[in-house]
Amino acid sequence: MSTAVLTSPYDDTPYDGAPPAGDGRIGLRAQLRHVGALTRRNLLRIKADPESMFDALLMPVVFIVLFVYVFGGAMSGGRGDYIQYLVPGLLGQTGINLAMAVGTGLNSDFATGVMDRFRTLPIGRASVLVAKLLAETLRGLVSFTVLIAFALLLGLEVRTGPLQVLAAVALSLLFGSAMVWLSMLLGMSLRSAQAVQGVSALVLMPLQFGSSTFADPATMPGWLRAFTRLNPMSALADASRALFNGGPLAHPVLMVLAWTAGITAVAAPLAVARFRKRT
Amino acid sequence: MTPTTTAPAAPGPAVDVRGIVKRYGATTALDGVDLQVRQGTVLGVLGPNGAGKTTLVRVLSTLVRPDAGTAVVAGYDVVRQPRQLRRAIGLTGQYASVDEALSGFENLYLIGRLLDLPRRTARARAEELLERFSLTEAARRPARTYSGGMRRRLDLAASMTGRPRVLYLDEPTTGLDPRTRGEVWGEVRHMVAEGSTVLLTTQYMEEAEQLADELTVIDRGRVIASGGIAELKARVGGRTLRVRPARPGDLPEMARCLAAAGVAGAAADPAGGVLSVPVAGEEQLTAVVGVLGTRGFPVADLEVRLPSLDDVFLAVTGRPSAAAPAQDPVQDPAQDTAEDTAHPQPAKEYAA
Repeated sequence: MSTAVLTSPYDDTPYDGAPPAGDGRIGLRAQLRHVGALTRRNLLRIKADPESMFDALLMPVVFIVLFVYVFGGAMSGGRGDYIQYLVPGLLGQTGINLAMAVGTGLNSDFATGVMDRFRTLPIGRASVLVAKLLAETLRGLVSFTVLIAFALLLGLEVRTGPLQVLAAVALSLLFGSAMVWLSMLLGMSLRSAQAVQGVSALVLMPLQFGSSTFADPATMPGWLRAFTRLNPMSALADASRALFNGGPLAHPVLMVLAWTAGITAVAAPLAVARFRKRT
Repeated sequence: MTPTTTAPAAPGPAVDVRGIVKRYGATTALDGVDLQVRQGTVLGVLGPNGAGKTTLVRVLSTLVRPDAGTAVVAGYDVVRQPRQLRRAIGLTGQYASVDEALSGFENLYLIGRLLDLPRRTARARAEELLERFSLTEAARRPARTYSGGMRRRLDLAASMTGRPRVLYLDEPTTGLDPRTRGEVWGEVRHMVAEGSTVLLTTQYMEEAEQLADELTVIDRGRVIASGGIAELKARVGGRTLRVRPARPGDLPEMARCLAAAGVAGAAADPAGGVLSVPVAGEEQLTAVVGVLGTRGFPVADLEVRLPSLDDVFLAVTGRPSAAAPAQDPVQDPAQDTAEDTAHPQPAKEYAA
């Protein structure tokens, strides 16, 4: 380390001495730098606690094994057909499961005081949350890779092409990001981490199972079919299925995009506002 | 303490709080607080648990929006100019607000980057602070493995990363052992010598006495006394000399001798085996020791007690501080345990 740096370590701090000029707004480049530094923090936390990756790595495996072997045999067409039906939809399922866990972690983060430190620093109000979202997206990518690799081992066929598979992954990540905002909002709105977990499960269950992911809605009673038709998880499963197996794509993709935009437009600003106001 | 201000003396106080009110539902945490901190000085904010100290610090560090009143810190209004203000302040809370999963170095490097230091400078600043706070050896270990004192030092280092002009220390030594407390005090003096203005909240009279130029006593969200330390101590009534005779039977005779020699107020406590004598100044201390010496009483122990926070309270409010209401609504419950086990007022050994 050069002593030249140590003898005048503050020369390049812009706010040493006189008050900084301007209104203190944080420029875009500075914001990107802050998000980068905070994302690095989130990744270092994963490195320090590798067990925190267990859910991302094992959930897809458990999902596939359970559903393919529990339901696969009972489904018409048997296990092979059921893998083709189920696995594309499991991308979305894994995505929202990972997403809804974010709020619980954020809630406990607030108990440690480190959030107070961040909130007294001159950084953009959304930086901490955006960095969290980015780190979660990386976790999601790892998880999706495991899911697809494991399914290929069990006999999943890609009947389209690699680009379509990437598109399916991107779509699930996109919808997952909307759910991350929702989860962060819940995590900061409810008092305890336990409450967050409970409410998250309540959000998750109907979305997951009241969808076309696991079974064809044609076999369901009318009121449930109406719900599955609106459920974004159905649209996500249908879109992924079309991207893996071929089939009509436009309607489910548009529906996923609409839901993603809608949830993000409501949850993200509320979450950012909560981040500043939470005491 | 003589401040060696390096920053140009700007007009007006570094912290100017007027009529700040903060309510949480039916609870009024701050009920019209006024206080000023002069540039380059330390203001001690003394008060029991629940007095509103933490809420005050949170208002001044932009974490909590006040319901009424104004607060200007380093020239910036806390409500209207929070973004500018955040560049000028540092905060160390009662809990180390560091990331436990990250190493000491990574914690400080992160703060440096968030304060827009270039990578190289952020790295150098982190190393420099780690060395100054004696954390170099533990620099690459996760903060979770640090002792309480090390964590607090890391927290202080984190608040110093941006060379803040105003530093808030919210009960910086609560729950620390006496040696670590001494280290933290040393660092605070160092920061003031570098030109920082400090607002320090504490429950310990001794801490205020060690660090503060001026004191503000708050209770139930109100300022109940403020002024110089000497001034407040004069109101409280100074110190007490406690004499423990080697033979407890000597107590009544000792009290009589002191009274005869013109030392007023000596009170014998036969159950505790000590004699308490209020001492107004050094001469009186010498007088008491002189009387005991010439009469040849064997003495087992002598100690001079500072007025405790309780004494200050009793003097300014006429009631003991234990009658204060429950803790701040924003404070974590864990704090109660830390404060309940807080040490009694540390005593100075009398060295004759």
